[in-house]
Amino acid sequence: MRIGIDVGGTNTDAVLMDGRKVIAEVKTPTTADVTSGVVTALRNLVGEQRAKPGHVQAVMIGTTHFTNAVVEAKRLMPTAAVRLGLPATQALPPMVDWPERLRKALGGHVYLCHGGHEFDGRHISELDPGELRRAAEDIGSKGIRSVAISSVFSPVNNEFEEEAGKLLESELPGVMISLSHEIGRIGLLERENATIMNACLRDLAVHIVDAFHGALAEVGIEAPVYLSQNDGTLMSVDYAQRYPVATFASGPTNSMRGAAFLSGCLDCAVVDVGGTTSDVGVLQHGFPREASIAVEIGEVRTNFRMPDVFSFGLGGGSLVREDGELEIGPESVGYELTSKALCFGGDTLTATDIAVAGGLADIADRSRVAGLSPDLVKRSLQMMEDRIAQAVDRMKTSAGAIPIVVVGGGSILIRDSLPGASELVKPEHFAVANAIGAAIAQVGGEVDRIFSLDKKSRDETLEEAKREAAEKAVAAGASPGTVHVVDVEEVPLSYLPSNATRIRVKAVGELELEAESVATGR
Amino acid sequence: MGFEVSGQDLRDLARGAAFLGTGGGGDPYVGRLMVEQALAAGGRLTLISPDEVPDDAFVIPTAMMGAPTVLVEKIPAGDEAVASLRALEAHLGRSAYATMPIECGGINSTMPLVVGARLGLPVVDADGMGRAFPELQMETFHVYGVPGTPMAITNEYGDTTIVTAHDNKAMEWLARGITIRMGGAAYIAEYSMDGATAKRTSIHGTISLGIRIGRCLREARERHQDPFETLVEMLKDTPYRYGRVVFEGKVSDIYRRTTEGFAKGNATIEPVNGGAPLELTFQNEHLIARVDGQIRGIVPDLICILEAETAEPITTEGIRYGQRVKVMVVSTPDIMRTPEALAVFGPRAFGLDHEFTPIEQLS
Repeated sequence: MRIGIDVGGTNTDAVLMDGRKVIAEVKTPTTADVTSGVVTALRNLVGEQRAKPGHVQAVMIGTTHFTNAVVEAKRLMPTAAVRLGLPATQALPPMVDWPERLRKALGGHVYLCHGGHEFDGRHISELDPGELRRAAEDIGSKGIRSVAISSVFSPVNNEFEEEAGKLLESELPGVMISLSHEIGRIGLLERENATIMNACLRDLAVHIVDAFHGALAEVGIEAPVYLSQNDGTLMSVDYAQRYPVATFASGPTNSMRGAAFLSGCLDCAVVDVGGTTSDVGVLQHGFPREASIAVEIGEVRTNFRMPDVFSFGLGGGSLVREDGELEIGPESVGYELTSKALCFGGDTLTATDIAVAGGLADIADRSRVAGLSPDLVKRSLQMMEDRIAQAVDRMKTSAGAIPIVVVGGGSILIRDSLPGASELVKPEHFAVANAIGAAIAQVGGEVDRIFSLDKKSRDETLEEAKREAAEKAVAAGASPGTVHVVDVEEVPLSYLPSNATRIRVKAVGELELEAESVATGR
Repeated sequence: MGFEVSGQDLRDLARGAAFLGTGGGGDPYVGRLMVEQALAAGGRLTLISPDEVPDDAFVIPTAMMGAPTVLVEKIPAGDEAVASLRALEAHLGRSAYATMPIECGGINSTMPLVVGARLGLPVVDADGMGRAFPELQMETFHVYGVPGTPMAITNEYGDTTIVTAHDNKAMEWLARGITIRMGGAAYIAEYSMDGATAKRTSIHGTISLGIRIGRCLREARERHQDPFETLVEMLKDTPYRYGRVVFEGKVSDIYRRTTEGFAKGNATIEPVNGGAPLELTFQNEHLIARVDGQIRGIVPDLICILEAETAEPITTEGIRYGQRVKVMVVSTPDIMRTPEALAVFGPRAFGLDHEFTPIEQLS
């Protein structure tokens, strides 16, 4: 059995799953210290439940901690950014386009050094060990314990980042190193930004992982813990401690993957209706379609793998007002729904009240909304439906009707059909789809490099890239027999006659659960 | 004289230059940051109209040459283009009165601004492409008889090569080879000319046009106006006069391949409510848009793929399956549509077997 947990801004959701079956689900408020919320969720699951803690083979956690830490510029550690590329790249030093507040939080420690590659693998300049030792000395004297290293074209050749990392580790015992080629793609500033964010989250990552372990220990679960990544795959806690940025935006991904699992739809639109907002995304082969534009986190440009999600201000707690024109949202009572909404005895008309009055949901006290004008209820329901249908249409890839899967606590707002939907699926356990997405996540490997097609054919090169991605997935913990390639993308480098092309391949597989055989044997 | 460029102007230019890039020319982001850095270091940046340049004053245009994909990874040392300009001055024994863009679309709208801000040299508000094009001879400067060489090419070490060539195509060929040796992105100074020639052979006002396009799109968004309508309206009193949304739909297919260093390919855009799709052909920049074999826009007129809601320009590399887009075609100024100009960068220069038909005459 496995447990999936999603720690969101408002709620901590958790599920207990046996194979593909959902045994139990809980929703508890997220607590300020996070851990106690997780402990409560776990207690509810295993306590009242049919599962003994010893039967739990794995715990998968999706969390917004790290994104929030960057957005709020809190709990970040002083970080040194070492870039290898001189004499190139001086025009724009590391963190050049960061908001002052965030740069200050990290201390703004920047070191430009020699190294770096050309697009075809030649060296821009050789690594200068003396220069790096001087940087190390300065970093050490400032008491900085985390370093981000970026080198020009390191996705093509990572030798300099690796070498510089080793040198700094030997000069600064115990220092934490983040290497850019392990974190981002082509695009020096964006990749470097992501690496620096990763570096400044390393202390927090250790702390959070300890807290999760503590929470599990309190409930008596000894199973391995995994964290969800933004591409819908899992990482081990060891990996998460080294790559906390990989958790960014895992929330929407988990809810979409959970929707795919619950509904069985692998190619569909997913609408996740929350308390304040709704997210619409598109699943292709069971994985969220990724955004193609640069993604900003805390006003910093990155090139993370992020799901392409359209968010708009409609949820179960959205305020419904008619002051001349009918308006629903974007203001919301949020987590105070159960005290402020009319049907819960409050004095605020919310989208949930409309759903209850319209007979879509049987919650709280229906008599409290009996006085609403049937006309208002009808028009409000229509408006909510229209807005969701429009949002889905925006994200669709073709004109034809497609399956739409609706999940999230606010999905009671939607009737059983929508314009543009070939079918509308409201799966069981819809309210905890995100936790289910965490529980069923797979393990992946990705390759994103520039390949020269001069010496090898395109087919050979693609095969090489696919093999490499599959090997990475296995190294990350995927069961070898289940690994398959889910995405291949080629972008030729323009304006250069060298026949170089950038290839991205993603492979995924089922998590190999070592404890599985042991557990079944018991 | 002239006007001083502000931080907001630079952000607007980044978007406007992407529009004028018609799918190519590279993301102006790195260039914008470089200008901002130069300004933060105390530099000043003044744009002057070609009419403000004395006839006998010396103008040296500057630019980046090579792959924008390389530039976003191997960011410049900063002074490469300045070194090229200085090398050309030394070679010719003349000092530059101003620098000037050769290309107003994409990253090269910003490179001369870096030079201007670093040296305190005015930047002529004009260029030689009126958009983005892939090769150095695809310039009105070339069309109207300006020799491109002597030309200077510099890398991040400050290594500089002076190229002299018997014609501008040979310049392109030789410089391209040197650029590869320099790592795929290098910084050039070329087409030096006097003020009178700059007035005669350049497309006037194209950098301020880029700023205005960016501002127009930003303000339309801020005021919740239709960005397409406001843009069409704005273009009316510019040398680009006429623009029209010729199609709206979703990208249903995208195919790219590299041939001789060019990213060639096709995209299919399906209309939302059925009907014939639009077929887009590109070679770094968008070349031709057809529906049912009927031409809806053709080079050198601007074919711009814009995000359907926000009018955000989308590059050929950024086109993705499923995107909802509008296709806008904009007329180019007369100086770019003469028979001599069309021989250099008209449809046949890109291997298209079509005559140029101005957007105003297309249904």
